[in-house]
Amino acid sequence: MKVTEKDVAYVADLANLDLTAEERSGMVRDLNSILDYVERLNELDTSNVAPMAQVSDRYGVDESTQGSGRFAYASREDVVEGLRKSLSQEVALQNAPDADGTFFRVPKVIER
Amino acid sequence: MQLTQLTIDAARSSIQERTTTALALAEAHYAHIQKEDGQIGAYLTLCKERALEQADRIDRMAAEGKPLPSLGGVPVGIKDVMSTRGVRTTAGSKILGHYIPPYDCTAVARMEAAGAVVLGKTNCDEFAMGSSNENSAFGPVHNPRDPSRVPGGSSGGSAAAVAADMAVVALGSDTGGSIRQPASFCGVVGLMPTYGRVSRYGLIAFASSLDHIGPLSKTVKDAAIVLRAIAGRDPMDATSADLPVPDYAAEIEKPVRGLRLGVAKEYFGEGLDGEVRHAVESAIDKLKSLGCEIVPVSLPHTPYAIPTYYLIATAEASSNLARYDGVRYSYRAAGVKSLSEMYRRSRDEGFGAEVKRRIMLGTYALSAGYYDAYYLKAQKVRTLLTRDFEEAFRKVDAIVTPTSPTAAFRLGEKSNDPLAMYLADIYTVTADLAGIPGISIPCGETKEKLPIGLQILGKHFDESTILRVAHAYEQAA
Repeated sequence: MKVTEKDVAYVADLANLDLTAEERSGMVRDLNSILDYVERLNELDTSNVAPMAQVSDRYGVDESTQGSGRFAYASREDVVEGLRKSLSQEVALQNAPDADGTFFRVPKVIER
Repeated sequence: MQLTQLTIDAARSSIQERTTTALALAEAHYAHIQKEDGQIGAYLTLCKERALEQADRIDRMAAEGKPLPSLGGVPVGIKDVMSTRGVRTTAGSKILGHYIPPYDCTAVARMEAAGAVVLGKTNCDEFAMGSSNENSAFGPVHNPRDPSRVPGGSSGGSAAAVAADMAVVALGSDTGGSIRQPASFCGVVGLMPTYGRVSRYGLIAFASSLDHIGPLSKTVKDAAIVLRAIAGRDPMDATSADLPVPDYAAEIEKPVRGLRLGVAKEYFGEGLDGEVRHAVESAIDKLKSLGCEIVPVSLPHTPYAIPTYYLIATAEASSNLARYDGVRYSYRAAGVKSLSEMYRRSRDEGFGAEVKRRIMLGTYALSAGYYDAYYLKAQKVRTLLTRDFEEAFRKVDAIVTPTSPTAAFRLGEKSNDPLAMYLADIYTVTADLAGIPGISIPCGETKEKLPIGLQILGKHFDESTILRVAHAYEQAA
C-alpha cells in the first residue's frame, strides 16, 4: 500500500476537501489501485527526455525564433480593457451565493 | 425527408429557398426533444427564447434574399461545459447548478455568428470527467440505440442528441477521448481538432493542456463545415494558433488515392473486442480498395498513454478546480461558521465522487515528495508519446485505429471500477497528449446492432487529410 489513511487526510487537506470516513477509505483503495497501475511508467528510462508541459510551444509557432519570441503572435498592447470590457460590478456579483451589492460576502475570517 | 433528419447544407438551402423556415426547423427539433428526450436525457437546459430569436433573424435574412451564412438556421446542441451568456451552464456539476455565465464561449459565439440556432445545453460527465456520462450530477444519458447502454462520455449528451435527431450537430469537448468515444458508441461522427485550432475561451477548464472543442455530426461534411466556422485565432485564448483556416468542406472532396495510411499493431492488441477488430479491419480493407496505401507503423509507447494521461489530466484538474470556493459563482454550503469550513463543505457537497477522486489523485501527484515521481515523469513520457507520432508521420499521412476497444457497455457495468472505466479511453488519450487531430466515424455494427467507430488520426493542423479519408470511407461504405 503506497497511500495510507494519513496520506489521504493530508492530501484532502491540501485540496480543501474534508471527505466522510467512508469516502476516505474508498479513496485509499482507489488511489492505491490507480497508482499501482501508474507504476509501469518506471519501466521507461526518461533520464534524457525533456518534460512536455504543453503542445502549443511545439506547433503553430514561429519556428525561426526561440523562447517567448515564438509566441509573439499572442502578445498585445498593455492597455485597460484591451480585449473586452471588464464586467460591471453588478454583473460580476450576480452569481455570488452572498454579496452586498459592492462586495462578495464570506463568513468571518478572524475570530475575536 | 423529416425536418429533424437534414444535414447542414440541406437545412440551410431549404431555408434559403423558403421551402421551410428556421423557425419551423427549430420548432420541429423542440417537438422531437419533448417527445424523445424523457427516455434519453441528452439535454440539461433548453434556451428556446434565444433559439427562436436567432431563427427569426435567419428567416428575415432569407426573406430579404440575403445569402445565409454556413450554419444559417441549423439547430445545434452545446455541451454544458461551454459558457453561454444568460443561459445556465453547469458542467454537469451541482457546484455550478445555478451558474449563469456573463459571457459566451468563443466557439459558441462563432457558431451563432455563422447562423446556428442554439437549442440548448447537453448533458455530460461532471467537468467532462468520465467515459460513460454516468458522472453527471443531473442523471445519466441513455444510448439512443439501446437505452440500457451508456452513450459514452464525457460528451454523451451531445452524441445522443445528434444520434436521436434532437440536433443537426452539437459541440463537444475532448480531453481524453470525450468527443470521439461517445461518437463511436452512438454511431455518429466526432472530430477533435488539433490543440490550438479552436479557441478554448469560455470552455470550463478540466485539463488546460489537453482540452479541445469540436463537433459531433451525422456526416463528415457537416463536421468539416462546423470546424471551419469555429476554428482560427482568438486573442482571448493565447494558445489558439495563428494559422489560416482551410475550406474543409472543399478539402474533403479531394481524392484519397495514393494517401499512405498507417496501421499500428499497438492498437490491435489485448483487450480489443473481436467484433470491433473485424469491423475496423474491414474498414481498412475498404480504404485500401479506394487506393490508399496501408503502411505498418509502430507507436511503441502506447501502453504508457493511460497512466501518463491520468497523472497529467488530474494534476491540471486539481489546479483548475481550486477556483470552486463558494465565493464568486459556485455552490456554497449552508450554515457554515468559518471561511475554511465554507471552502471544505461547499466542495464536499458540490463535487461528485469521480471529480473528488481526480482532485485527490492530481493533488497527490503534485504534492511535495511525489512531484518528480509522478507528474514530472508523466510529462517526460508525454514527450515520448508525441515523438512516436512524429516518427510515424514521417512515413504516413494519417493513422487508422479503432476508436474504442468495445462497443457501448451497459449502464452500471464499470461505474464501481475507476481503472476499468479509464481503460475505455485507451485508443483516444494519446492524441490528446500529442495535440494531434482525430476523428471517429461509424464503421459498422456488432451483432447486437451497436455502432462501432473507426478512428483516423492526423498530423498537427492537418484536419483536412483526416476529414478527406473519413469522407471517402463514408461515401464508399
